[in-house]
Amino acid sequence: MAAKIEKLDEVTIRFAGDSGDGMQLTGSQFTNTTALLGNDLSTLPDYPAEIRAPAGTLFGVSGFQIHFGSKEISTPGDTCDVLVAMNPAALKVNLRSLRDGGIIIANRDGFNEKNLKLAEYEINPLDDGSLDKFQVHAVDITKLTTLAIQELNLSTKIVERSKNFFSLGMMYWMFSRPLDSSIKWIQEKFKKTPEIVEANTRVLKAGYNYGETTEIFHARYEVKPASLAPGRYRSITGNEATAWGLIAASSKAGLDLFLGSYPITPASEILHELSRYKNFRVKTFQAEDEIAGIASAIGASYGGSIGVTTTSGPGLALKTEAMGLAVMLELPLVIVDVQRGGPSTGLPTKTEQADLLQAVHGRNSEAPIPVIAACTPAGCFEAAYEATRIALKYMTPVILLTDGYLANGAEPWLIPSPDSLKEIPVKFHTDAKDFQPYSRDEKTLARPWAIPGTPGLEHRIGGLEKEHITGNVSYSAENHDFMVKLRQHKVDGIAEDLPHATVDGDERGDLLVVGWGGTYGAIKTAVENKRKEGKSVSQLHIKYVNPFQKNIGEILKNYKKILVPELNLGQLALLLQAKYLVPVIKLNKVEGLPFRADEIEKKIDELLK
Amino acid sequence: MKHVDELLKDVPKISVQKYTAKDFQSDQDVRWCPGCGDYSILAQVQRVLPELNIPKHNLVFVSGIGCSSRFPYYMDTYGFHGIHGRAAAIASGLKVARPELSVWVATGDGDGLSIGGNHFIHICRRNIDVKVILFNNQIYGLTKGQYSPTSEFGKVTKSSPYGAPDHPFNPLLVALGAEASFVARGMDRDPKLLQNIIRRAALHKGTAFMEVYQNCNVFNDGAFFTFTEKETKDDNVVVLEHGKPMIFGKEKDKGIKLEGFTPIAVSLKDGKYSVNDLIIHDEKDTMLSFILARMSNLPNLPRPVGIFYAVERQTYEQEVARQIESSITKLGEGTLDKLLNHGETWIIK
Repeated sequence: MAAKIEKLDEVTIRFAGDSGDGMQLTGSQFTNTTALLGNDLSTLPDYPAEIRAPAGTLFGVSGFQIHFGSKEISTPGDTCDVLVAMNPAALKVNLRSLRDGGIIIANRDGFNEKNLKLAEYEINPLDDGSLDKFQVHAVDITKLTTLAIQELNLSTKIVERSKNFFSLGMMYWMFSRPLDSSIKWIQEKFKKTPEIVEANTRVLKAGYNYGETTEIFHARYEVKPASLAPGRYRSITGNEATAWGLIAASSKAGLDLFLGSYPITPASEILHELSRYKNFRVKTFQAEDEIAGIASAIGASYGGSIGVTTTSGPGLALKTEAMGLAVMLELPLVIVDVQRGGPSTGLPTKTEQADLLQAVHGRNSEAPIPVIAACTPAGCFEAAYEATRIALKYMTPVILLTDGYLANGAEPWLIPSPDSLKEIPVKFHTDAKDFQPYSRDEKTLARPWAIPGTPGLEHRIGGLEKEHITGNVSYSAENHDFMVKLRQHKVDGIAEDLPHATVDGDERGDLLVVGWGGTYGAIKTAVENKRKEGKSVSQLHIKYVNPFQKNIGEILKNYKKILVPELNLGQLALLLQAKYLVPVIKLNKVEGLPFRADEIEKKIDELLK
Repeated sequence: MKHVDELLKDVPKISVQKYTAKDFQSDQDVRWCPGCGDYSILAQVQRVLPELNIPKHNLVFVSGIGCSSRFPYYMDTYGFHGIHGRAAAIASGLKVARPELSVWVATGDGDGLSIGGNHFIHICRRNIDVKVILFNNQIYGLTKGQYSPTSEFGKVTKSSPYGAPDHPFNPLLVALGAEASFVARGMDRDPKLLQNIIRRAALHKGTAFMEVYQNCNVFNDGAFFTFTEKETKDDNVVVLEHGKPMIFGKEKDKGIKLEGFTPIAVSLKDGKYSVNDLIIHDEKDTMLSFILARMSNLPNLPRPVGIFYAVERQTYEQEVARQIESSITKLGEGTLDKLLNHGETWIIK
């Protein structure tokens, strides 16, 4: 008897296992297949900082959550409908995110005495009735995997490593997804070892067939494609989108891209991604440290390239002095900070939004730098492009803030046409007549970009205070006062170049929820849900953190209350209060995890009751 | 760089003119203390550059912080006065981005070996074609007289009134240990030798490291006088010349010979040893370069100056260019369309 097929609008699945169990891979395969089917989706990889944490331990659990649907999806999902748990630790750590009545697929073989002890279970939870409010399917995944490939005579280690494909196969069956995309991926990925291709493919099919032939699952589900805008799509993570946005800007500007970077979680994928595109003449310099990363990028910018450096919070701290140098030199530079939990080493693999004030103010003296924040994984493309455009137009360093959640999260992306991207005109100064290194464009206040190799423009620049116009070293009190104000004025003036901020919802009302960065999806979901209930609540999401867009102050005046949810202790709230003298209500969480929509909804309810 | 030529296409191409030293003097007043050894280093660089036929606009001097790092202001070339210790990193980025430029770094013992030590060893190992002149005065001058990483053990300074507890770096050994492909030592008070070293460094393809003994007449006067002054120089300095035996002394009557791996000074007068017993200097001999560099730390030996080591090996920027060219040959020039649409995509109607 074939299981009946139920239609669902949206589903959230969480794959969880040891950090060596391949859960990230399983999740990303499920994501790709789901994206290809035309669902909208959002993902949340959640993994420990240890590469191969001791097997079976609670702190070694690696999870990957995907929320997909036939409707618009903005968050990785507050709770999950299905939890795949490869061992007791994975069950224990993730059970709180499973909704009541949700499905547990457990690898029964993983629930052995040793693992139960490591997960601090005295009795096997699969047998003691403690999971009665869920639909539990305990499957002998390890055993079934072994059986599926026993005739290939592979080592136990390889068999052990294939078992995640069994879970993936089961999930493909349960949610009516085809296997071909993953089979193709396996063939490509393991092409040097045909026996692994064979093993993984067999196990994947075995998992699928297990769902098909056994009758333990009562239902399978279908999630129809979402009604997304027409066009060509791809699945993209925030870090990929950041890398591509930078390449796109370099291509539009007609300049070479130079990345100086030191590996750091969770920003390294941008370095990896940019290192691949040699045929775009992208030069990647894996520097000896964070400081050399930015210093080399400044050197490249001085030479006429688009200098970029990528990092996370601790690295941004190390780059501070060099950022001040870039402010003084007035050279274009893009600094990408993929924020993670801090302070210090903090929580390297977890997300946070607590570098905002470091980005806006964290330098010695008055060193204004424009700050742009990406708000969705795919949105990192546009944000990186815009950061580069501003850097080049205004001859200034620009900081792009993303975060661990955006960096690793994936979503479908409507691929833009290259023609639709804003033009980035760049002109090097070449006229030797009356050349002055610190003369200014009347409108943007940008100084000329005069690169070495240009005859007649030999000049000296540096970190010492510059004399207005000539750029000579100047210790004059009046000149210093003037130049400090001029640099501030230049950055403030960028606001003239920015589109007006827009509100989602009503133009005035009881409550405005103001956010920035990666909280966009959760706030959007929460506000939309509350609006459906008839509540007077709107959303303003700030992409330009410094300078703010010109109409932000006006917008804030139109609401009785302002709520600012942030994954920090209130950094945007501080900036808004300081600049606009408006009272704001803060909602803060610093758990290393993104907001759930229901957390914001609860606060909205509280404020509007 | 693809687009620079295009963007600079309107600029009239000027043929390389014959320069004189004066052409490399900028309009800025030189503000080093009167009598500082830096003046000589500046003068020797300005004297050698005209011989090299490098267009002025293709020359860039990059520096960090310290007395030596004011150097770029006084050169009528492109100049970049960076932040403390980071000149090597800034220069690396510039050279990799623009391999056709001639990039030089002016640094000091504090800037290059203390705060910038990390960047220094990494530029050496990568062999980026940058010329590094390290002004070694064994003191912090700009901050008014603290001991530096090359100050001798026990040195009494403002920050070490009871004597410096630090063991110093030997800059040449640091450079050799970091696999630098060109390593030399010159002295501010030996212009001819210094010019020769600068000339050879300029022609070298790869990181060229030059340590220059430089007198700080305010905070560490006479630190190198044994090696630089007429009365003592000949008996205390051996000038390295490729392919020639290591002879020194006022009367050219002393030499350096190896006993096992240990260099010793011998007399050629008493008939016990002849020129045939002496080390023949070989710039390409890696092992010898370490032994010669080590001589500074050993007692009763003259101080070697000149070119210790010079071998050619592939530069970092050559490999970067090779990878880019080979990728373009294989995949074609990248276009935005290709980037955005490669790999797995799907169409929603």
